[in-house]
Amino acid sequence: MIEILSVTGPASVQDLGRFDQVRFGVGTSGAMDDVALRAGNILLGNDENAAGIEIPMTPFKLRFGRDTAFALTGADVEAEIAGRTIPPWWRTQARAGDVLTLKAMPRGARSYLTVSGGIDVPIVLGSRSTQFRGEFGGLHGRPLQVGDILPCASWSVTIRDLGIEPAEITLARSSAAADETTVRVVIAGEYDGFDAATQQLFWQSSWKITPQSNRYGYRLQGPEVKPTVPIEKRSHGIVPGVIQIPPNGQPIIQMRDAQTSGGYPKIATVISADLWRVGQARLGSRLRFEQTSYADALAAETEKSAYLDRIRASVRLVEECLT
Amino acid sequence: MTASDRPRISLLGTSALLFEAPGAFDLPHQRRIWSLAATASKWPGIREAIPGITNLMLTFETPPRELDSLIAALNAGWDEADGLMIGGREIRLPVIYGGEIGLCLQDVADYSGLSVDDVVSIHAAPLYTVFALGSHPGYCYLGGMDPRITMPRRQTPLQRSAGGSVSIGGSQTGVSASPGPSGWHAIGHTTWTFFDPSWQTPAALAPGDTIRFEIERVIR
Repeated sequence: MIEILSVTGPASVQDLGRFDQVRFGVGTSGAMDDVALRAGNILLGNDENAAGIEIPMTPFKLRFGRDTAFALTGADVEAEIAGRTIPPWWRTQARAGDVLTLKAMPRGARSYLTVSGGIDVPIVLGSRSTQFRGEFGGLHGRPLQVGDILPCASWSVTIRDLGIEPAEITLARSSAAADETTVRVVIAGEYDGFDAATQQLFWQSSWKITPQSNRYGYRLQGPEVKPTVPIEKRSHGIVPGVIQIPPNGQPIIQMRDAQTSGGYPKIATVISADLWRVGQARLGSRLRFEQTSYADALAAETEKSAYLDRIRASVRLVEECLT
Repeated sequence: MTASDRPRISLLGTSALLFEAPGAFDLPHQRRIWSLAATASKWPGIREAIPGITNLMLTFETPPRELDSLIAALNAGWDEADGLMIGGREIRLPVIYGGEIGLCLQDVADYSGLSVDDVVSIHAAPLYTVFALGSHPGYCYLGGMDPRITMPRRQTPLQRSAGGSVSIGGSQTGVSASPGPSGWHAIGHTTWTFFDPSWQTPAALAPGDTIRFEIERVIR
């Protein structure tokens, strides 16, 4: 088991998400950076959907109750265990009683701790992800607190240290400025409700991520983007990545804990292959949108899978050489 | 046939597609949506078919390579869809109108030019039909609201609205099943359990069920 010793911000247990309960109003939840969670699980030989801990803020501290292998992926963190520094995107072995400390997060917004076998909380409605709004899944449907005890599924393996290239390097995309993230979007239903000049404003602006951004949604700040005439839609299904424009003209990107439906006009949708980049964009930094086609969005998905396939192959190769 | 007589189909990235039926926000159109949802949920590659208000979202198991055949199937499916009659159950929900949770009752009265009492009696008069579930676990979108108490959604959504809030958003009304963000205007509240993940079916209500609001009290 793992005991939480110190936590800052809403850390939570997440797997890849809950995908087939939308007709009951249940959103997907799941890791904001699915690539990092998958990579951590691959490093440990877990099922890629095994649950890990999503850590959005430091300091964060926990104690391992028994010997276990674990990995840290996602945001760059300054991490230490038993006096050893752990590099980013790395797996290593903890001994019973070892304390893991995440001291600072110089880059990115969410770090993922995965453990051998996964965090063994009950599966609720098909997933171990925490559903904050419904207060179920994860550990008692809530963020982690000091003193929480998390069960881990397996403890047997002893592994050697191993690192992989972070997704943000392998899947890097050019951006205009250091604190700016560019994500690809496919236009959505109400795009044509905005005139050409307003559409240009949407594409050309560098959008600031406001402090009101979280797992529910990223609220952006920039020039007002308003439709030619106000649009009130009948409520309809939406998915993470959808960019809504409420009447104040300031876009909101729906994220993993978003409502499953809405009625504000939708200008575009961040493609699934790039949504993790939004999840790693920090409050106060900037976002830019780049238009892409449905076909290119599918190609981007393939590129992401190829990266994960390469990690899987190299981890397997290393295991074979070591045994 | 004009363009507005045809459904609108649009993409939600690569993970879902939205079908919006032409025509009124009424029960006959909604019954056709339920019927189309029942059909489309069986198509290969479709994870879920989720009815909204006279619209339908299809989520993908894996995104289709090309969309033309799916779009054609949806259009054909809509033309063929007979209204699906669902014999639901009737729920009576006591509501306390106004008060701290229903702070916007006066705003709706001001916006519609009616008295608070009129807004309450107009809101509590109809037998509402659950058109769809969505938003958050167990939340029901209701059809049947009197257009006299329509009020546009908020300029900026609230970060947190109370659980059990009875709210108006545009020409729709509903009851939140848990606390959370909302762009709607709360006019009252109720205490009832709409969702429990341990139930066989986690949501208490389903499309086709009906709700009657009973005026328990009005706090002015």
